[in-house]
Amino acid sequence: MIDDKDIVMVDEPVLSVGERFYLPQILDGMRTTIRHLFKTLFGRPITIQYPEEQRELRVANYRGVHRLNRDEKGRVACVACYMCETACPAHCIHIDAGESPWEDREKYPIKFDLDELRCIYCGMCEEACPVDAIELTTEFSLVSRTREEMILDKEELLAIHDRTVAEKPRKNPRITGYENTGDRPREPAKNRTNLAKEEGA
Amino acid sequence: MIDFLTSQFGISLVMVFGIVNALLGITVYCIFFERKIAAWIQDRYGPNRVGPWGIFQLVADGGKFLFKEDIVPGHVDKVLFIAAPAISMLVAFVGFAAIPWGGQWQVNDRVVDIQVANPDIGLLYVLGVASMGVYGIVIGGWASNNKYSFYGAIRATAQMLSYEIPLGLCILVVVLTMGTLRLEEITVQQAGTWFGVIPQWNVFLHPIAFVILFITALAESNRAPFDLAEAEQELVGGFHTEYNALKFGMFFLGEYAHMITASALICVLFLGGWHFPWIPWTQPEATHFGAVIAKTGVLCGKIAFFIFLMMWIRWTLPRFRFDQLMRIAWKALIPMTLALFVLAIGLLYFGLHRSGWALVGNMAILVVSMMFAAFSQTPVTGRASNLPPIRESTFGMAATSGEITT
Repeated sequence: MIDDKDIVMVDEPVLSVGERFYLPQILDGMRTTIRHLFKTLFGRPITIQYPEEQRELRVANYRGVHRLNRDEKGRVACVACYMCETACPAHCIHIDAGESPWEDREKYPIKFDLDELRCIYCGMCEEACPVDAIELTTEFSLVSRTREEMILDKEELLAIHDRTVAEKPRKNPRITGYENTGDRPREPAKNRTNLAKEEGA
Repeated sequence: MIDFLTSQFGISLVMVFGIVNALLGITVYCIFFERKIAAWIQDRYGPNRVGPWGIFQLVADGGKFLFKEDIVPGHVDKVLFIAAPAISMLVAFVGFAAIPWGGQWQVNDRVVDIQVANPDIGLLYVLGVASMGVYGIVIGGWASNNKYSFYGAIRATAQMLSYEIPLGLCILVVVLTMGTLRLEEITVQQAGTWFGVIPQWNVFLHPIAFVILFITALAESNRAPFDLAEAEQELVGGFHTEYNALKFGMFFLGEYAHMITASALICVLFLGGWHFPWIPWTQPEATHFGAVIAKTGVLCGKIAFFIFLMMWIRWTLPRFRFDQLMRIAWKALIPMTLALFVLAIGLLYFGLHRSGWALVGNMAILVVSMMFAAFSQTPVTGRASNLPPIRESTFGMAATSGEITT
């Protein structure tokens, strides 16, 4: 129910003699449109001729197709922490975590599937990622013949990184130089295999 | 053969073929330029993909219209449904028969008229055929057996009825001034200049009649701001909702052909037809072949200007509401044209019908009607003054609904 005090009453505008006669007003409007016509004819229309001309996108915050970053050694930067999968409002990310083959992290994604058709391109995954492994690029013309092709796997996401990294370098690799995190050298992580080794030894 | 082609009958045949084919092409390119002008006014490029500057866009569109499935819905009156677009296009094209395109042509010892027919009642013929244009719309709307289409048809009928009156009166003013219904004769009488500067066109005698005739021509050819019969936003296309493919295209062509007829009529009645001052080839005395071409060119130029004006207006003005449309016709145009009609009769009685007094009278009518407009108490929205003010009624409704809900 709208309060009476919230209702704004708008009175009919009081028209002058010229306005009451319509024609001067019409001529005024026609002057505006002819000005635009000549401006467009002798100037430049505001249209961007898409396939030939492309709008300059803001690389820093344009939200296009995702990519999975590589770290400086060329490995997938993702640590399979499931933060992006949890944050995703469209439930379009599916990660299978596995034990990392590398010493500097515990887990890595065996599978990283991202359904670009379900994705709403909100960028929450990028916000959530603690190691800045998932990022959104300026690519937007993603096409395919089937729905299955639109589910990008890890390799495809890494390939997108490879072709966009020149334009958009990885945002914040500070935390993800894993060995150098913090001010003291990092001990090898104690994951299940290490524990098993210790126990065995 | 040459002898036959240069007889009046041969010329008429050539004109029929020429005009129908040229008009089809011109109407198609009118649609192209309509889209271009709309784009320019809205700071866009318009169609520019098919061919250089997009000039083959209409070929592509026409091809699409041709090859689309021609759907006739099951619930329509089939005969009328198919007849309607044909009628709409036919009457728009038939009207051109009496338009004097190029004056007279002297071949050997013969003088032929460069027009399909030069009947004594040329003007009456154009008027009669042009007002049949509404049949296409009304029959199309009726045959569609659909409420929106029927609504469009009804609107078109009421609009035509209202705007035929000022249109007819404006034309009567010209007929009284010129003393003839022959369109060629009307053009010839307008040739010449006053003081060597001002061409003796009727627009300088009766400018108000000219403006009103232009407004009614917009309404008669169902152009914005008077396109209430189609009104995409309210009636989903109105009379042509159920039409597609070539039949829709024919309605479209009919509208543009109607525009050209209306423009041609305005040019002949008020702007001296093929006459243009200072160019010797466009004077009635010049009857060689070059003059015919020059005269046709001049008339086509004038028509092109009016078509541009109509497009310009379409992309400037929003559509009138129906009550506004009716008010403009019955409360503004008809009184003004009646006054003009009386003025023309009075001037004719005193033999001043082609003097500056016509202009003076027009200005007087303009001033008087502006004063009426200024001092009339009718609000612009057309709300009758004896209705309760908007403020109270709105509050009353809000209060009642509030009581019911709480």
